[in-house]
Amino acid sequence: MPQAQGRIPRMLGGFMEWVDARFPATETFQYHASEYYAPKNHNFLYLMGWLATIVLVNQLLTGIWLTMSYIPSSDGAFASVEYIMRDVEYGWLLRYLHSTGASAFFIIVYLHMFRGLLYGSYRKPRELLWLIGMVIYLALMAEGFFGYLLPWGNMSYWGAQVIVSLVGAIPYAGPGLMEWLRGDFLMSGITLTRFFALHVVALPLVLVMLVFVHFVALHHVGSTAPDGVDIKKFKDQKGKPLDGVAFWPYTVTHDIHATVVFLFLFCAVVFFAPEMGGYFLEKPNFEMANPLKTPDHIAPVWYYTPFYAMLRAVTYPLFGVPAKFWGFVVMVAAIAIPAMLPWLDRSPVASMRSKGMLSKAMLAIFIVSFLILGYLGTVAPSAATTALAQVCTVLYFAYFLLMPWYTRVEKTKPVPDRVTVP
Amino acid sequence: MSDEAVTDDNAGSETTARPEVNQQRRYFLIGATSAVAAVGVVGAAVPFVKSWLPSARARAAGAPVTLDFSKLRPGEILGPIPAWRGMPIFVVMRDQVVLARLEQENADLADPESDNADMQPDYAVNPWRSKRAEIGIYVGLCTHLGCSPKYYGAVQPELFDPNWQGGFFCPCHGSKFDLAGRVVKGVPAPDNLEVPQYRFESETVVVIGETEGIA
Repeated sequence: MPQAQGRIPRMLGGFMEWVDARFPATETFQYHASEYYAPKNHNFLYLMGWLATIVLVNQLLTGIWLTMSYIPSSDGAFASVEYIMRDVEYGWLLRYLHSTGASAFFIIVYLHMFRGLLYGSYRKPRELLWLIGMVIYLALMAEGFFGYLLPWGNMSYWGAQVIVSLVGAIPYAGPGLMEWLRGDFLMSGITLTRFFALHVVALPLVLVMLVFVHFVALHHVGSTAPDGVDIKKFKDQKGKPLDGVAFWPYTVTHDIHATVVFLFLFCAVVFFAPEMGGYFLEKPNFEMANPLKTPDHIAPVWYYTPFYAMLRAVTYPLFGVPAKFWGFVVMVAAIAIPAMLPWLDRSPVASMRSKGMLSKAMLAIFIVSFLILGYLGTVAPSAATTALAQVCTVLYFAYFLLMPWYTRVEKTKPVPDRVTVP
Repeated sequence: MSDEAVTDDNAGSETTARPEVNQQRRYFLIGATSAVAAVGVVGAAVPFVKSWLPSARARAAGAPVTLDFSKLRPGEILGPIPAWRGMPIFVVMRDQVVLARLEQENADLADPESDNADMQPDYAVNPWRSKRAEIGIYVGLCTHLGCSPKYYGAVQPELFDPNWQGGFFCPCHGSKFDLAGRVVKGVPAPDNLEVPQYRFESETVVVIGETEGIA
């Protein structure tokens, strides 16, 4: 540290000395920011972690404010959302920031995970970092699911009914488990208050703690570089990686630019297309929950549709157990299987830049299948769409299950020593 | 003060240095303490887990309901659709033509004889799955994922089936049921519509949720 000049800097320096003797403030800041180095050739996809944090803060802030005017009861919920939209000052903005934030969160998280697939972010020594991320993804899906019931619209109601009914497909324990989850014989106000508690207290706590642990794990192992090289291999005399830049102030100022661009797009949706043609806010949800009337077409919000399509794609009963149970199993497996990636990838190289044609082709097929499934999950099923969903489900799993084979047999390119800057 | 501290310190280092420390007893004590703590955690979890079961009020709200269907005519479904335990209940009246059709053998049905005993009380194990042949009473929730099917009572070509013989169609995932709530083969729903327990109080009044003698 340079010698502090002048009275005020000297006072500040004295203050920090006092604090540091009692709390590791400077040390923590150095470890996590001013002396934490990220590869200098990080590209667009590496912004997603930062943006996810921004959206998390948005969700927490707008969520707390919405809670101030929302009433979690079967009589009051729908009306209180209308009250927020019409009578509360800027209530419409807070709600649209929150509902658009949910979709933005998933777009960002899916890109964040795609970055992982592309550059091998899940590989040794980042297995735990990846697994913590997977748990965050699960918690986020649960958070979105519980939150979707709260407006108590007709799609909230029947969407939750369908998802809770999935549990009922479990042999023997299913029906009892379903009653336990709902706290009633059917979705009701009891289920609503329960989901409210989980959505606003339990899961946000879990999410924030998990995100903290995710940061700790990341800063322990360091970021990957798009080339699949470890920047810690080449350091200068002071121990600073030659290909790294300090998170503070360089990465932060760089990410703030990206945040401005992101907010432009985000606000455009909030102000001009908050419903996104029925994909972010579904049309039947503008009608209050009616336990006696199912909407004509039930589709979950877009971020669950790939898995919903896989659930519906299973149409064969097996071992005397109905198809709906196997659909449930396939859906759970599809959500969980990315957690196995660190042990499925047997390639000598981490990044797609060095991997061979087979890996590239399989990743492309996987992404296309995932997108097609996402679309199929939004439309009413027919014989043709079911067949297509079945093909895509097989391709989705093939990407993972064949990975130990195709990553070993293909020819790979040599990994450079240093990062490549375009 | 400081003298005591020094003595304590010496005593401590002496203990750790002693070779005859009983490690086995140490492991046993650690294991026993942890096991008791684990039992405590499981015990403490019970009220939290049980608190999620249906409350007394929810169970009371699930009490039997009484329905008057005097205005119901053949070919119709009772509307507005009544609820029992919050579930939609279908009450349909069928004429002789429909009943004759239900009695015919039908290869398209997955469980025409109502073999799955979980889906109806014993008195509803018959071709029309009801106590009185003309009055059909079913829980209006699809056995697939719990959507509420819609009533298409007439024999006429429908968008979802050109040879429609009348029955219930679930818009969510395309399950089809006949007018006795029996599921058609090859649809996502695995079982026939559930028949609730019920008893007739008079010629036109039915109590849903209890059976004679059992209530």
